[in-house]
Amino acid sequence: MMLETSTANGEIITGSVRLIHAAGMHARPAVKLTKLAKKFHAQISIRASEAADWINAKSVAKVMALRAARDSVIEIKASGTDAEAAVAALVDLVATDFPDTGQ
Amino acid sequence: MNDMVGIVIVSHSKDIAKGTADMVRQMVGSEVRVAFCGGDPDGGLGTNVSLIIDAINDAWSPKGVAILVDLGGAETNSEMAVEMLQPERRNLVVVCNAPIVEGAVMAATEAAGGSSLEQVRAVAEELSAG
Repeated sequence: MMLETSTANGEIITGSVRLIHAAGMHARPAVKLTKLAKKFHAQISIRASEAADWINAKSVAKVMALRAARDSVIEIKASGTDAEAAVAALVDLVATDFPDTGQ
Repeated sequence: MNDMVGIVIVSHSKDIAKGTADMVRQMVGSEVRVAFCGGDPDGGLGTNVSLIIDAINDAWSPKGVAILVDLGGAETNSEMAVEMLQPERRNLVVVCNAPIVEGAVMAATEAAGGSSLEQVRAVAEELSAG
């Protein structure tokens, strides 16, 4: 788990976190990640490997299509006013294995 | 919390409609209004215009309602149900061209974020556009 701030090109906050969910990034985790991402104004992108294209973390279809396996490292980057909070929240969601929030 | 687009699930089978609604509630949460209907009044397969109208009114939100359907008659009966709504509600209901289960889960996920009816429809239909 790490957070990093780059100010080179606007402010882009990045983070990465290992996916510990037993089933990988399947439907339920994808829905939770998307719902959480949508709570932020920041533009948020994720990818599940360095070779993969960045995808919009607010698009449930794209997040579901990630098919990231268990133990893959999810990279997250965000820009915008609440980017730092967004990356921290998403890293936490994955790191804590997508807990039920009772919503 | 802001109003969220409501979701209606219309299947020929009541079991499928109910199961799809259960998936939405469990995967997305209960903050989005979800209503479903399926089967004919005798317990067989089918869809019924007045039950669809009831479901739309149950799921009603000022932001509108997105309907997910399975096969042929579910779509035509849903369109007929929309035509029979009160005039001020008609333009706030869309029938999505999307697979019923996946479309319902994705539409509800988008709706939970407070998106407009058009955005909700577009997300559900992304699945069939690919």
